[in-house]
Amino acid sequence: MNEKRPIVLIIVVALIGVILLTKLFLIQVADDSFLKRAERNAVQRLVDHPYRGLIYDRTGKILVYNNPLFDLMIIPKEFSVKDTTRFCEIFNITKEHLIESYTAARKYSSVKPSPLIKQISTTEFAKIQDFLIDYPGLFVTTRSVRSYPQPVAANALGYIGEISGRQLERDTAKYYRQGDFVGLAGLEGFYEKELRGVKGVKYKMVNVRGVDKGSFKNGDYDTTSVAGINLTSTIDLELQRYGEMLMAGKVGSVVAIEPKTGEILAMISAPTYDPNLLTGSKFGTNYLALNRDDKLPLYNRPIMATYPPGSIFKIVQSLIGLQMGILTPNTTYACNRSLVACHNHPSPVNLFGAIRNSCNPYYHQAYRAMINREVSSNTFKDTKIGLDEWREKVLAFGLGGSLGLDMYNEKSGSIPSSSYYDRVYGEGRWKYSTIYSLSIGQGEMMVTPIQMANLAAIFANKGYYYPPHLIKAIDGDPNKIKSEFRTRKDVGVDAHHFDLIQDAMAEAIYGTAARAAIPDIKIAGKTGTAQNPHGEDHSVFVAFAPKDDPKIAIAVYVENAGWGGRAAASTASLMIEKYIRGEITRPALEEYVLAGKFM
Amino acid sequence: MRQDDLYINKIDWLTIFIYAALVCIGWFNIYAAVYDEQAAKSIFDFSINSGKQLVWIGTAVVLITLIMVADYRLFENLSLILYGIFLFLILITPYVGKEVNGQILSIGFGNFRIQPAEFAKFATALTLAKYMERPSVDLSQPKYQMQVLLIIMIPVILICLQPDYGSAMIYSAFFIMLYREGMPQKYYALALTMIAISLLALGIENNLYLVGGIVLVIVLIIFLGKKNIGRIISLCLIGLFAIAYSYSLDYVVSKLPQHHQNRIMVLFNPDLDPLGVGWNVTQSKIAIGSGGFLGKGYLEGTQTKFDFVPEQHTDFIFCTLGEEFGWVGSMVVIFLFCALLIRLIMLAERQKNRFSRVYGYCVVSILMFHFTINIAMTIGLFPVIGIPLPFFSYGGSSLWSFTILLFIFIKLDSHRIQLLGRMN
Repeated sequence: MNEKRPIVLIIVVALIGVILLTKLFLIQVADDSFLKRAERNAVQRLVDHPYRGLIYDRTGKILVYNNPLFDLMIIPKEFSVKDTTRFCEIFNITKEHLIESYTAARKYSSVKPSPLIKQISTTEFAKIQDFLIDYPGLFVTTRSVRSYPQPVAANALGYIGEISGRQLERDTAKYYRQGDFVGLAGLEGFYEKELRGVKGVKYKMVNVRGVDKGSFKNGDYDTTSVAGINLTSTIDLELQRYGEMLMAGKVGSVVAIEPKTGEILAMISAPTYDPNLLTGSKFGTNYLALNRDDKLPLYNRPIMATYPPGSIFKIVQSLIGLQMGILTPNTTYACNRSLVACHNHPSPVNLFGAIRNSCNPYYHQAYRAMINREVSSNTFKDTKIGLDEWREKVLAFGLGGSLGLDMYNEKSGSIPSSSYYDRVYGEGRWKYSTIYSLSIGQGEMMVTPIQMANLAAIFANKGYYYPPHLIKAIDGDPNKIKSEFRTRKDVGVDAHHFDLIQDAMAEAIYGTAARAAIPDIKIAGKTGTAQNPHGEDHSVFVAFAPKDDPKIAIAVYVENAGWGGRAAASTASLMIEKYIRGEITRPALEEYVLAGKFM
Repeated sequence: MRQDDLYINKIDWLTIFIYAALVCIGWFNIYAAVYDEQAAKSIFDFSINSGKQLVWIGTAVVLITLIMVADYRLFENLSLILYGIFLFLILITPYVGKEVNGQILSIGFGNFRIQPAEFAKFATALTLAKYMERPSVDLSQPKYQMQVLLIIMIPVILICLQPDYGSAMIYSAFFIMLYREGMPQKYYALALTMIAISLLALGIENNLYLVGGIVLVIVLIIFLGKKNIGRIISLCLIGLFAIAYSYSLDYVVSKLPQHHQNRIMVLFNPDLDPLGVGWNVTQSKIAIGSGGFLGKGYLEGTQTKFDFVPEQHTDFIFCTLGEEFGWVGSMVVIFLFCALLIRLIMLAERQKNRFSRVYGYCVVSILMFHFTINIAMTIGLFPVIGIPLPFFSYGGSSLWSFTILLFIFIKLDSHRIQLLGRMN
């Protein structure tokens, strides 16, 4: 009766084999999710963050470096200490801290490292370094934070911070990961690609307790990190520091440019802040505080603040008039104050006198001659044609358009076009009397301090400029900077027209800005006053020196400091002396500037 | 000497070849399970498991030699004595044994330790064979059924007292042998039905569906068969019992110790607490599943090597195989096991006396049970029960007991001509 049963049993055995193999096939071959889970289990991707590139000033002094911070890590299972008192002495911690950290580390994992002492400085690390070998289960990891030996040029240098969600989305190359640090402003932002270097990746195998079990596939997939590229800035650290000292307690900008190259020697935004505030773990709270400050220390005024150019614009008018042939050195107009207000000076004046005395009616009349050339019998059309042609000539001076410097968020300012007035007043409903304020740099035109400094460089160079920039060499090679920065731009005014201008500017110092005169250094400058509807006018001054071989062109804005001859001219004068002579021979003037508070 | 020649010629070398293959593959896998690239040691290094396993294999060969040169009648004669000795050893283990992982399962001196429960299996098998050799034993009669059950239940109860429920469960394997020897089929039908109802009751959230299913099946059976009152009443009673059983099951499960409950529930919901209860099964499936078709290559596995799978060199040794040799490697091993089992069934059938045949089926039963449960457990088809994979898993007791179990049968088989007994 049992003859069939062995057959049944054989069938059962075969069935078991088939069931097991089917199930195995389902999880091994048909389903690859287990493979992924296995890799997630055992392969850990460790990013090797490269050192961020350093930034030097033009003389080779360090502006930004990476400060190594050491974290002393502990692996509780391997750690042993006999004399805790001595241990605490060496590592300069309290017994409570040791016990607390050790307990916390144990709780986290007995085989994975946890921090025992965080953020040990280099000097402290030197003290403990030799003792580490005596204590098993301790090791050191290094991190680095941006650090600034001199707390200057905060707005120019910018800062780094954790990448935002939006930036991550925009990063189509998928280079960044959540939590990465990127340059967020200033040079750190603009030169992010150069400074960041190349991240390395190490694939490590870990066992179930997270203990390192060596490299994955013999490290075939690992890449080493490449340190970021060092940048050489055009900034002169000493000049920058001195300028920030002078501007302390004031609101405004100072921009100094080397005329022959367009290199920015100093770029001061006041009020400023200590760039060390926006590093490391304090970033969050400090950023919030700075962002809330109503003096706007994070606002990079040299490239973002816009003002009417004021009287300084008269020089541009003179140059355009000369080039157009409408003005000659001998062109004379009466100081007719019924046209526009002016101050007391001999009248009539020629061009030289007009610049020297900053005569408003002169330019009212000269500008009319430039605009209304009777190209059209219709005065409205005539004005329109004149304005647009004139505007092109002004734009060539780098005004009313972005200069394209190596920094984001540069404001372009504005020089109004005919379409602007068409929009405001209606087509054919405005003429010269509507726009005459432009003749003396007032009205609807706006410029930035950097554009004014560039203007000073144009005067110094007699008709050309190199776009201002903050980095003169990448990885020590000046040819690696953007080619635009090495391309000379001509403003379309012949060099010989500048001779009279330069002489007049040199002479003007003694008229409107006597304080600016420097013994033994011939300086050419022009004061300006940017009208401020909200209070005291802004003091403006542009200059270059030495007049015969210009080394520095400068624009100074001091807000609410009244007319340009005072605060702005004094500051510019001191900056020029500091840069050319390297020292200040007029301590009284320095004291005067330092004492000025115009906030 | 002539007699010796006689039986050596009758040795079944195919079985021995499969045995050797499984032991060798197992040994390589044990090495892979403990292999550490950073501190690579030789497979022969006695400080690691593969080296120790080699010692067990070597001693197993000595045991094989002893079994083969011993008198073939010895086992039959010693069966009761061995049964007694191992029962005694199981009994005293909790008092003289050494505690490992909260359980006292082994006894011995120094490094020489054995688990009596492992060896009690072949002693029980011999005793069952010895008992059933008596011509009067007829398993269709309740009297003999009870006596057979008694022989099986004594070691089960003693092992449960240790407690080692996993090892105790193995004794249910003898029902495979009893099936061949004429145990009525209705018991097996009943057991399979109960298992099916259990699985459904635990797997289906709402028991009402199950009740509906049972009622439907009973009604169908009533209408398809003869329609006399007695049959209808008994079928109805069976239906009621099945319903009551399905409801009582939830209660019974809730009374089990928590870790047993969890092992059962994980079967139905593998993602239930993957870091806790589900850890073993989840990690085991990840290890095997990540092997793919051809595997990651020998010593290239990451999951078993880096301890993601617990008990990887003993109960979960199959993970290493699945991970490093993939589906093809798993297929080879499963094929070897099935071939071995089928070969043993064929050998048992060719025995001339009932003692050898019953013993042969006992070997088949135990190996089949271990093989099925162990592999099914590693791929999540069966709750986690700590039983080794025969010939594969690391450990002296397990290798020795399976070797003795198997080779006693090979020895008996080689003497099948001399062992002319009465067959029924």
